[in-house]
Amino acid sequence: MKEILSGNEAIARGAFEAGCLVACAYPGTPSTEILENTIKYKEINSSWAPNEKVALEVAIGASFGGGRALCTMKHVGVNVAADPLFTLAYTGVRGGLVLVVADDPEMHSSQNEQDSRNYARFAKVPMLEPSDSLECKEFTRLAFELSEQYDMPVMLRSCTRISHGKSIVDLGERVTGLPLPKLEKNPAKLVMLPGNARVRHPLVEASLQKLSAAASSMAINRSELRDRSIGIITSGVCYQYVREVLPNASTLKLGMVNPLPYDLIREFASQVDKLYIVEELDPFIEQQVRAMGINAIGKELISLCGELTPGRLRSSFCLPQPEAAPAEKLPGRPPNMCPGCPHRGVFFALNQLKAYVTGDIGCYTLGFMPPLSAMDTCVCMGASIGMATGVTKVVSAEEKKKVVAVIGDSTFLHTGINGLMDMVYNNSPATVVILDNSITAMTGRQDNPASGFTLMDNPANAINIPLLCKSLGVKNIRIVNPLDLEETRRVLAEEMERPETSVIITNKPCVLIKREDVFQKGPVYAVESEKCTGCRACLKIGCPAIEWRPAGDGSKKGKAYIDPLLCTGCDVCRQLCKFDAIGSR
Amino acid sequence: MNEQITNVLLVGVGGQGILLASEILSEAAMLAGYDVKKSEIHGMSQRGGSVVSHVRYGKQVFSPIVPEGEGDILFGFELMETCRSLPLLKPGGTVVANDLKISPPSVLMGQELYPEGLVERIRSSFPDFMLLDGQQMAGSAGNVRAANTVLLGAVSKKLDIAEQHWMKALEKMVPSKALDVNRKAFQLGRDYK
Repeated sequence: MKEILSGNEAIARGAFEAGCLVACAYPGTPSTEILENTIKYKEINSSWAPNEKVALEVAIGASFGGGRALCTMKHVGVNVAADPLFTLAYTGVRGGLVLVVADDPEMHSSQNEQDSRNYARFAKVPMLEPSDSLECKEFTRLAFELSEQYDMPVMLRSCTRISHGKSIVDLGERVTGLPLPKLEKNPAKLVMLPGNARVRHPLVEASLQKLSAAASSMAINRSELRDRSIGIITSGVCYQYVREVLPNASTLKLGMVNPLPYDLIREFASQVDKLYIVEELDPFIEQQVRAMGINAIGKELISLCGELTPGRLRSSFCLPQPEAAPAEKLPGRPPNMCPGCPHRGVFFALNQLKAYVTGDIGCYTLGFMPPLSAMDTCVCMGASIGMATGVTKVVSAEEKKKVVAVIGDSTFLHTGINGLMDMVYNNSPATVVILDNSITAMTGRQDNPASGFTLMDNPANAINIPLLCKSLGVKNIRIVNPLDLEETRRVLAEEMERPETSVIITNKPCVLIKREDVFQKGPVYAVESEKCTGCRACLKIGCPAIEWRPAGDGSKKGKAYIDPLLCTGCDVCRQLCKFDAIGSR
Repeated sequence: MNEQITNVLLVGVGGQGILLASEILSEAAMLAGYDVKKSEIHGMSQRGGSVVSHVRYGKQVFSPIVPEGEGDILFGFELMETCRSLPLLKPGGTVVANDLKISPPSVLMGQELYPEGLVERIRSSFPDFMLLDGQQMAGSAGNVRAANTVLLGAVSKKLDIAEQHWMKALEKMVPSKALDVNRKAFQLGRDYK
């Protein structure tokens, strides 16, 4: 049967067909939907872990228990999971283990565009790279087989255009007859003490060499000879752009990017006049090809930064660009917090208090955008708290009071707890605001260990965040309603003034939570036109439901208007109006 | 059956139902026997930001994104976003646009005005231009939220995909309780001259 599937849906399908028993992940764009699709297959135990390191460790355990296991994450997630990954390469697997990593060239939804292929080489793990949805499914199946055959974890690298692109896939059946998981002790292989690890490392190198030799005859590494004056080595989505823009060029399409098929590369290079390497981001293939003593052109033509497109590839090869309409000068349309978002009031107060805000990763990173403009740093998941501690170590006593870390519930549980431990332990006077909206919102509302539900939608223990903070030693814990501007501002000011660690936890849910009884819409608000003086105070929160309507006489005058279809009745704008012009309809 | 690749761009603002419309289009193209690819960006940009969905179909499709300047049809759910994506179209390309303005943050906050004369700007560069009031037409079909389906109906006339495939794709992709309204909305768009 044929279906149109996204790369992520196809990877989930591939895991199902491969007889995968466990799938574990922390959500991260563009990888999130893989686990949201493995839940369609009741044979797979799918779960969200609090972070990528735990997710990989769960998959490792499932593999050591004898079951096939899938772990998925975005590129930066591998930084968190790197610790188990590097040693997993030494232990190898029992049940096949596939680690999917989805890169984000162009940083559509990421803080950097690191190239995960380097991890495969660094950690000594094989890596496959599909170039459409059908390959996503087929390569996932193959990755499980290779993992068991070579006793190695196998990485599958996707990217935004593969994970979120859709194409036609032929569905297959789930494999049967795999050995049943069962405890089996094998300490020489699985206990990585120095004595054991020293024995394992040469085995890893030998497996990689064996795989590299086999790679030259694998069907996924494919030489397509056409016009021999130009030969292009490429992989992943770049293969599609090459076929689109240079349809007559000969191509060597690599389905496996680590280890490389050296014999096949040598053969291809000898069959073409001029050799090019087309790859996004780092010169990963290029440097290895050059190290083989083969002359190839790569990053001289293709940028190290951003994603490739057919147009950019055309430019690189100096091909004519089609005639196109000039770009119009238009107002931009950046992303914005939703109407009624409980984060808005907190950032409004932080802006008013002129706080120095160490930020974190989530919807609330949008607190950086004007008019809220209340975020001064953002580095990685969980970093806000550690950075706040560090800033207070160097600035004056007066400036220390300005330092506030903001972090969401899911990010706090991901890697924020250790930061808070350190803040208390080393007695930093900074203030931490945990924006608890009861969900992992930015990636599309996934449950987490504090939301009370699992990925499979079963009720679960919900972590009590105030109690958790108390047990870490935080003495000053305040719960505030972030939709009450006066209370939020007052509590923030009090805790910023306090010369010891304090934690403020907000208690309103994300407006997009679909589960009943979590978010409740209030009465819709409206502006009483006669009372509105056009002072623009309500515009300072940047709510998409509030619109400035110019008087239309060329003057700067006008009035505010609330879109009844967008308003959630959060009440925040009413509290800003000094003229009592805003109220429920 | 057309062997050439047809490149369709669906553009608008996050939350307008663009992804559903592009799913229906891709499904219909597959049912008609074409190879199909589709691509768009999720995540950060969806929080009220601009959305561009690329759908390509033909005998064999390589790139999942429409090469710049090769779009055959631009299918705009919002006027400013329609205008923003004109450089993706080939000269002489077709524009089907919804007559709707959604103010971006800078306009909501009174820092800029929503640009004037967009319809004229589009028409002067792309004479093959159809403008519909998707909301009003969807309302007469029974639900203003089916505006995306009205537009899809209008676009369907311009594409080499038989009506039966569209109907099958609608049945598959639209929840059953909304199917009647969406069928009507699609037909209104398809019959619009």
